[in-house]
Amino acid sequence: MANKLIAKDFSSNLPVKWCPGCGNFGILTIIQRTMANLNLPHEKYAVISGIGCSSRFPYYVNTYGFHSIHGRAPAIATGIKLSNPELLVWVITGDGDGLSIGGNHMIHAIRRNIGLKIVLFNNRIYALTKGQTSPTTLFGSKTKTAPIGSIDYPFNPANFAVSLGCGFVARGFDNDLNFSSEIMLESARHDGTSFVEIMQKCVVFTDKEFDQYKNSETKEDFTVKIENGKPMIFGKNKNKAVVIKDLKTEIIEFDPAKAPSDLTIYDSSNLNMAFLVSSLVSPLPYGIFYKAEKKSYEDLYYEQAGDNNKFENIEDIFQNLELYEIK
Amino acid sequence: MKSRKKIDIKTKNLSVIKFAGDSGDGIQLIGSQFANATAISGNDLSTLPDYPAEIRAPSGSLGGVSGFQIAFGDDSVTTPGNKPDVLVVMNPAALAVNLKNLDKGSIIIVNSDAFTEDAIKKAGYEKNPIEDGALSNYRVLAVPANSMVEITLKDSKLTKSQILKTKNFFMLGVMYWMYDLPIENTVKWIENKFKKTPELIEANKKVLYAGYNYAENTEVFDAKFKIEKGKLSSGKYKNITGNEAAAYALIAASKKLGRKLFYGSYPITPASEILQTLSKYRAKDIVVFQAEDEIAAICSAIGASFAGCMSATGTSGPGFSLKSEALGLAVITELPLVIVDVQRGGPSTGLPTKTEQSDLFQSLFGRHGDCPLAVLAARSPADCFDTVYEASRIAVKYMTPVVVLTSSYLANGSEPFKIPKQSELRNFEMTKLPEPDKFQPYIRDAQTLSRPWAYAGLKGYEHRIGGLEKSGETGNISYDPDNHQRMTELRRNKILNIANEIPPTFVNGNKSGDLLILTWGSTYGAVNSAVEIVRKNGIAISSAHLKYLNPLPTDLGEILKRFKKVLIAEENDGQFSFIIKSRYLIETISLNKVKGQPLNSDEIVQFINDNAR
Repeated sequence: MANKLIAKDFSSNLPVKWCPGCGNFGILTIIQRTMANLNLPHEKYAVISGIGCSSRFPYYVNTYGFHSIHGRAPAIATGIKLSNPELLVWVITGDGDGLSIGGNHMIHAIRRNIGLKIVLFNNRIYALTKGQTSPTTLFGSKTKTAPIGSIDYPFNPANFAVSLGCGFVARGFDNDLNFSSEIMLESARHDGTSFVEIMQKCVVFTDKEFDQYKNSETKEDFTVKIENGKPMIFGKNKNKAVVIKDLKTEIIEFDPAKAPSDLTIYDSSNLNMAFLVSSLVSPLPYGIFYKAEKKSYEDLYYEQAGDNNKFENIEDIFQNLELYEIK
Repeated sequence: MKSRKKIDIKTKNLSVIKFAGDSGDGIQLIGSQFANATAISGNDLSTLPDYPAEIRAPSGSLGGVSGFQIAFGDDSVTTPGNKPDVLVVMNPAALAVNLKNLDKGSIIIVNSDAFTEDAIKKAGYEKNPIEDGALSNYRVLAVPANSMVEITLKDSKLTKSQILKTKNFFMLGVMYWMYDLPIENTVKWIENKFKKTPELIEANKKVLYAGYNYAENTEVFDAKFKIEKGKLSSGKYKNITGNEAAAYALIAASKKLGRKLFYGSYPITPASEILQTLSKYRAKDIVVFQAEDEIAAICSAIGASFAGCMSATGTSGPGFSLKSEALGLAVITELPLVIVDVQRGGPSTGLPTKTEQSDLFQSLFGRHGDCPLAVLAARSPADCFDTVYEASRIAVKYMTPVVVLTSSYLANGSEPFKIPKQSELRNFEMTKLPEPDKFQPYIRDAQTLSRPWAYAGLKGYEHRIGGLEKSGETGNISYDPDNHQRMTELRRNKILNIANEIPPTFVNGNKSGDLLILTWGSTYGAVNSAVEIVRKNGIAISSAHLKYLNPLPTDLGEILKRFKKVLIAEENDGQFSFIIKSRYLIETISLNKVKGQPLNSDEIVQFINDNAR
């Protein structure tokens, strides 16, 4: 392989069936680009999805792929990763797939710290089934199943993953190709479970909701970029910051020419800080919230297995059992 | 010194013994120790453990009685027997529960110390049945086991409750004497089990020998029984339960195939021992995964199958229900997978520790869509090995999930299992994987209709699969109406093709006649015994037993036509009868037992006499 791979090398050339303008196109590019940057051969990737708009994803990548059943991708991917740890296994899921019907598999994958690269496309709606309330639909939003407004308190996916102690948690935006690709590459290189929430607009159902994060007029005021070792300054005029005081987050404003010297410096190895900051809704924080080294489930499994019980053949299985002979 | 007592030694061909006591009395332990001793002596045997759903049911209660029955003999033994010749009871409740299933003249060995006023009342007796003549039709041997172990261990530093706990070994010692069985194996077991607490080794060994010597020296024990060595073929054996056999079969299948084994499962009675047994063998090439739920268990196995492993999951009825959505995925993606369903009494939590054969419909039909898969059933504990191995072979050859139906009875029961040789096990076959440039994920072998197994990680064969309907060869998503019709038929025909390699159905007895008894799964032993008895009574009867339930053997229709009456005996409300009636358009006579206990030969004989002559 003389030439370096590029994103296009990971296209399956099948017609992509998302709605024109869907945020998923951006995420497809982000992941294909990440695969190229990792520079692993195609057969080392397995992309596993459940059901939903996001879950069509594996068909568009020319690696191994499995479009499975609703919510079960983390469980299927666990079987793949545990049986062949050499594979880089992606789980592509959505807010409904990953946090509602598949919530149990999600929490247990994270608990075990199995080496799955989980990418949760959060569009805050059931889009494939055409507009029902999802577990991340904002409180009060009107949907087809909440015509007067949703009374379900929503999950905050990144905060959910941090609260489970997931070893790598980040959030990015579907249209922010460069930064989201950086996050994705770090996620892919992380050992153990990594969880990346990508804010993904649904052009049909939640288009307007995401405008504030994306329009150049508003995005600086409605989002805050999180970077390790830096203060959490935001705002079009760089005049605001998220700080932590008395174990609470606060938004302070200041004259950008005289930024306070005691602004909270973000520490992505601090789980408590990650919890506090990722729980913010406005401004919506993005970037890498938490990153910690923790031995993965597959490493623990194979270390424990060691060379014990190495059976050459079937007769060996029984050699240590209480057998008796009939002559 | 007392003169040596006179002992009458009776030779028997077959003996049935039942141990019973409180669920904390260690009944299963002494039962399985006794079973191993008979096995080592060269007998054939069959066991039936029977225990309550609670780990420690209320002490002394009728509901808390745990039992272990064993039949062993000098010829082929296929059932744990109907009525015990010797009943060993550790308390009044165990006596009350088991007395109704005892023939007059049978021996009852009781721990007479456990017959306190309180315990007698709890068991529903007004007076002590040992003393009030209630047992006058039986030969009662009263053993004061509590006092005896207290005397035996009077110098021990163990607490009183620890000392009393050893009484099961006292009774086991008595039984070893009575059946002239070797004690050494249990001694070894004790030494190994308590190796961290030497006091317990000492105490339990002392008590075991004390029981043996007690029987040797007490006048009341005046008869010993001798059962000659059985007719098992020469070789190495292990006394094996159905769950152990299933676990070993999966390892054997993966070895023979030359792939990693992946077993994903979630704890459920009575299937957990498969997961526990395999967990002892965790290794680089034996991957055992305890999943977060039943769904994840099968899904992880499907994932591992996609990654090229010999994959399996195990469960019981309610867990099987949870797996059914994922089974649909395994069927449409055409991935090999073995599902062992250890059936128990249902529906819902039902009778979780009791046996039944009531998941037949579920395994055949319990899925969405037209969703055919292969279904096999094991007929005895050791046959769980052969059946699970065969299921693995079919799964790989036909790229399909295969369900193996066992039952609580087979899973916990045991019998001698001859250790197989790798060279004797049937080879695995697979659809040939073409060169990468000619590869498509769903190209098919013209004969089997099966596809090649290109697994994730294999260079040059990258492809995508999924739950959406696909076109037959490329695997690309297809919503074309004609394609779905074609694919539905293809999935059906692929499973039907398995029938081409099912061996001819063995008809035991006349090949045609008035009466055929047709059975499947765990009723095999009881039916065989019943058929022998009925024939001795001069009735012509034939029997056939099926391992392959889907597809059914191609010769079955012809066989059924040759008999005037077909009797189907099964432990459910008539599920297999329903299948046979609708498939072959014949009438059947149904013997259905759903009491949580296996059908026994007496019941079958009775039914034949009453209904089928």
